[in-house]
Amino acid sequence: MNKIKCECGHINHEGTVLCESCGKPIKGNQHIDGNDKTKLLNMRYDGSARRSQTYNRTIIDKTWNFFSSVKVGVWLIVITLIASGIGTIYPQELHKQSSLPSSQFYELEYGLPGKIFYQLGFHNMYSSWWYITLLALIGISLVICSLDRYVPLRRALKNQRPKRNEVFIKRQRLFSESNKVSGEDKAQFINKLKKKGYKITEQDGHVLAEKNRFSRWGPYVNHIGLILILLAGILRLFPSIYFEDYLWVREGETALIPSTNEQYYIENEQFIYEVYDRHDERFQEALKNEEFDVPSNFQTNAIIYKVKEEVITGQEPELEEITRGEIRLNEPLSFDGITLYQQGTQLQSEYKTIDIVIRDENGQSIGNFVFDTDEDLRQYDIGSGYSVEILEYYPQFSVTEQGPSSSSKYPRNPALIFSLHSPDGDEERYFYLLEEVLPLAEDSNYDVEVASADLITASGLLVKRDRSLWLFGVGATIFMIGVVQGLYWHHRRIWIHPKEDKLLIAAHTNKNWFGLKKDIEQSIENTSITMVNDQQELDAQSKED
Amino acid sequence: MHKKKKRLIFRTIILSVLVITLIFVLIINFQRNNPILAAGDTAPDFMLADLETGDDIQLSENHGKGVMINFWATYCEPCKEEMPFMDELYEKYKDDGFEIIAVSVDRNEMVIRNFYERYGLSFPIVHDRKGAVMRAYQISPLPTSIFINPDGTIEHIIKSPLNLEYLDSYIQEILPN
Repeated sequence: MNKIKCECGHINHEGTVLCESCGKPIKGNQHIDGNDKTKLLNMRYDGSARRSQTYNRTIIDKTWNFFSSVKVGVWLIVITLIASGIGTIYPQELHKQSSLPSSQFYELEYGLPGKIFYQLGFHNMYSSWWYITLLALIGISLVICSLDRYVPLRRALKNQRPKRNEVFIKRQRLFSESNKVSGEDKAQFINKLKKKGYKITEQDGHVLAEKNRFSRWGPYVNHIGLILILLAGILRLFPSIYFEDYLWVREGETALIPSTNEQYYIENEQFIYEVYDRHDERFQEALKNEEFDVPSNFQTNAIIYKVKEEVITGQEPELEEITRGEIRLNEPLSFDGITLYQQGTQLQSEYKTIDIVIRDENGQSIGNFVFDTDEDLRQYDIGSGYSVEILEYYPQFSVTEQGPSSSSKYPRNPALIFSLHSPDGDEERYFYLLEEVLPLAEDSNYDVEVASADLITASGLLVKRDRSLWLFGVGATIFMIGVVQGLYWHHRRIWIHPKEDKLLIAAHTNKNWFGLKKDIEQSIENTSITMVNDQQELDAQSKED
Repeated sequence: MHKKKKRLIFRTIILSVLVITLIFVLIINFQRNNPILAAGDTAPDFMLADLETGDDIQLSENHGKGVMINFWATYCEPCKEEMPFMDELYEKYKDDGFEIIAVSVDRNEMVIRNFYERYGLSFPIVHDRKGAVMRAYQISPLPTSIFINPDGTIEHIIKSPLNLEYLDSYIQEILPN
């Protein structure tokens, strides 16, 4: 490798712009940071050799250099940002809330743009290969950019010595030249800087005062946090770390909890729905303009079971209660790392039982029977020798071309055809629908009607496991530490450079030049040291003139 | 030269780790989006009671036979159209080592029995009340028919109703020799 030896004796890596030790601009490399065109030195990464800009030989090196470019990184972020934006124009496939297949939904709903949206894969953006690849490329760029900058910067700051080359001093943004400064004044200057927290190093009368170097590592700490967040995102792909599912469980029903490898069941003991009381003085003002009742509580009283022993699919496993509790909106129930959230309700939407009473012509009760929509029970002995037989049952009654039918398995609008057998062998048929009973024969001898009907609520629960959250937390915390470290502290350096009977002062900071100037101003008070000039401002002024 | 080589190795390792991670993530993501069951896979075993006889029917006990599993429901109109064809071909092929297991995903058994009697069906019907088998097979549209080879592997998954001609050809493909 070509090393560059500086006149100060330090050996620099190829591509170095400013000698790591004395800061002298290295001939032939000044174009890299554009120093050949300006009066001031570009202090980016202290003029260290970012290798990415120097070697370009094998494919590995070329790939590395591609990702090492901040420009590439910024473009990757911009492209991802634009893609993410486009992805939010129409709903994602998961949330389209339509039974239509995606291939039809987007075109029908949104026309040609929708069709293009679908065909380009934006309907399923977050799990599409190109979106994940974009995120990964950002990750790769992050790692390589950081490595390529952190390592040389650290080396440059470690190798810097107090005795700097005069050219380096003169080409700093803050610079001054003082004549005949007494040793006392110089000592006072250094002392005051020391009091302000500067670390002083000295070499042959040359002094470096440095403060808050750690602030320079802020961006890299910040990047570590980002990488952890990306890793947490990757971990979310594993169901053992993260999954989300949904289930409906009806009152009185025990249902399998999905995505748990058939390990857990939930029983919905009772669903509680409450509204704010209109008679309560506290709510009267708020409810004055509300036409409908305002719900105050959605609650599932649940029992969670674990399967004792695995059975062949389809068989009823033996269950063991592990926990029970009330699941309310924003008050989930957790067990074994799985959390159930109250998310949906079909209030009183399904019939559980229908009680039908039969009276004779005189209104005298003969008896009643209770039809349970979940039971396959056809014969009912209602007493006094009478019996009822269920002939047809339609859970959700509808009429198709083929005749009466059901449009789902849920008893949302049940219909029944049943016959009533009297002790003397007569049979009469009745039709039940919408809590009304109609005789199917012209002249019915009996008065058949609904005594009561019991409706139940289906509770919709979000099933979620998230074991990645802590890593997001750690990542975000480290990210914030990096931000604070880089933003609230500033790396300040002041060089005191004696030259014959003159004293040259130069200073550099990565941000907040005003603060640095104030530090110097206060430290040279009552001395004969000349205040530093902002050469950049002078430059700009002279250009304006 | 030594240092340059070291740097190349370092870069190669870092890039490899990053690229391998990316490929790994893409593969996992791809598998996640794909249905678990496809032609060629072993059909998941299950056991449900025959509605007619009350005896348990277990899929794995039908090894050596070509099995058609038909997921259906009484409220599914297209299912009703293919049932007579299934019955016809069941009679035709049942002595050649062909079996049908019609899995109803209805809720109340009463509606299944009524349906069974009205259509005069002769092949076995089971009731998947909790939807466990349906979930294991990741059934989304009804009807879905799964044709299983005598060795227990899936030959076809058909997510639509079948006419007599197609049904016949699919059954012939899974008949034991």
